[in-house]
Amino acid sequence: MSERKIRVLIAKPGLDGHDRGAKVVARALRDAGMEVIYTGLRQTPEMIAEAALQEDVDVVGLSILSGAHLTLAPRVMELLKANGQENVRVFIGGIIPDEDTAQLLALGVSGVYGPGANTDEIAGDIRQAVAQIESSAEA
Amino acid sequence: MARLLTQIENDTPSGRAALAELFRHTGRAHLIGVTGAPGTGKSSLVNQLARFYRQTGSGAARPKVAIIAVDPSSPFSGGAILGDRVRMRDLAGDAGVFIRSMAARGSLGGLSAATAGAVQAFDAAGYEMILIETVGAGQAEVDIARLAHTTLVIEAPGLGDDIQAIKAGILEIADILVINKADQPGADNTERALRNMLELAHPVGRAFPEASRPFASPGQMETAPNIPLWMPLIRRTVAIQSLGIAELAEAIAAHRQYLQESGEWQRRERQRLSSDLETLLHEALIARWRAAVDEEYYRSVANALLTRQISPHEAVARLLRG
Ligand SMILES: Nc1nc2c(ncn2[C@@H]2O[C@H](COP(=O)(O)OP(=O)(O)OP(=O)(O)O)[C@@H](O)[C@H]2O)c(=O)[nH]1
Ligand SMILES: [Mg+2]
Repeated sequence: MSERKIRVLIAKPGLDGHDRGAKVVARALRDAGMEVIYTGLRQTPEMIAEAALQEDVDVVGLSILSGAHLTLAPRVMELLKANGQENVRVFIGGIIPDEDTAQLLALGVSGVYGPGANTDEIAGDIRQAVAQIESSAEA
Repeated sequence: MARLLTQIENDTPSGRAALAELFRHTGRAHLIGVTGAPGTGKSSLVNQLARFYRQTGSGAARPKVAIIAVDPSSPFSGGAILGDRVRMRDLAGDAGVFIRSMAARGSLGGLSAATAGAVQAFDAAGYEMILIETVGAGQAEVDIARLAHTTLVIEAPGLGDDIQAIKAGILEIADILVINKADQPGADNTERALRNMLELAHPVGRAFPEASRPFASPGQMETAPNIPLWMPLIRRTVAIQSLGIAELAEAIAAHRQYLQESGEWQRRERQRLSSDLETLLHEALIARWRAAVDEEYYRSVANALLTRQISPHEAVARLLRG
């Protein structure tokens, strides 16, 4: 039996047009041994949830620069849950004010990262979050 | 479905058990392999074909479409970036389309097993069209071509010096050659190069120079009577403008008809299943024998071989004698 790979969906919801940050994170996670499904720009929450379901990912990473994180993130989480994927961890990257970060974490987002975030740290956080889901699933 | 695919991909016991259950419900889908050099537009074409199938059929005749998009794993980290969905956004929101990205995960045999398993799962779930995208021209493509009923090889103009860009090997697996990006300069050169190579690779086809002819009726065949031959078709497309897609779908349908009328469909299926059987048998027999053999004895024989006291053949004979 082959070793289990962490699968991550990286998506860029909203209408703002560049995905450099998302691509940097995608590459870093690949280099950390994960399988990264990259879906590109202008994804609606519905498209993201559909892709997360078909790809059976462990983690969804949202890159949000539009400022709409407080509406987009909860919507994605709601759709994941509706699909029975409440175990999928959601991480957010973007320019997010501190008070919004606190609110997102309270909503159940697993991590929020600014533009200068250390990608090793992100990979480590993802690994930890996935390990946590698995141990609680086994228990 | 998605969870099942993960279990199949990871070759878990429950994945194997599910495949065993599924197997008798397979055999209906048309498996279409799509391969070619990086960036030639494979994903864009898969997107267009899937859209075409979903739009042209009506009601119950509208086939469900599954897409398996395979990308290489990094040999260093074992991770992968699977980016084919970027070109398939038109298919979002259609419950009759299922897209699954797969990483090649290093082992070629593993990839073909995982892909074959995923195909069986989709087939049993009623997906009638299964499109499998793979990149490049290596062993993986040959394996995928063996799995598929119809293999499309995608070329694009201007990929280096025309003839050199076209590997002879890939022509042998192509049932349909697609010149995508036909909006770009050089499409005529690419087509000419492909036709030249086809004539060399398929000399019998020369009796039927008209490329649109899907296959020759037995009466017309002089060199190989009674066995209709498939002359690979060449089609031009512009995936980003939806041009040539209906014609490509028509060529795919013609190939399917050829496979069915010539008996080639059954022949391929038989060949594939018996070689799968043989591979599995090999693995199982070796595993069983290894479990039974005395480890000490095995090592002593291996050692005798390593120090060149006996030849590999003698070593095998000794081991089998026990
Ligand atoms: N001009 C032109 N560009 C095209 C056409 N089809 C695809 N492209 C572009 O070619 C690029 C690669 O397209 P993809 O569909 O991702 O190609 P691919 O073969 O799947 O690429 P890999 O999976 O990375 O090997 C994209 O920028 C497409 O927009 C076409 O018919 N004409
Ligand atoms: Mg592609």
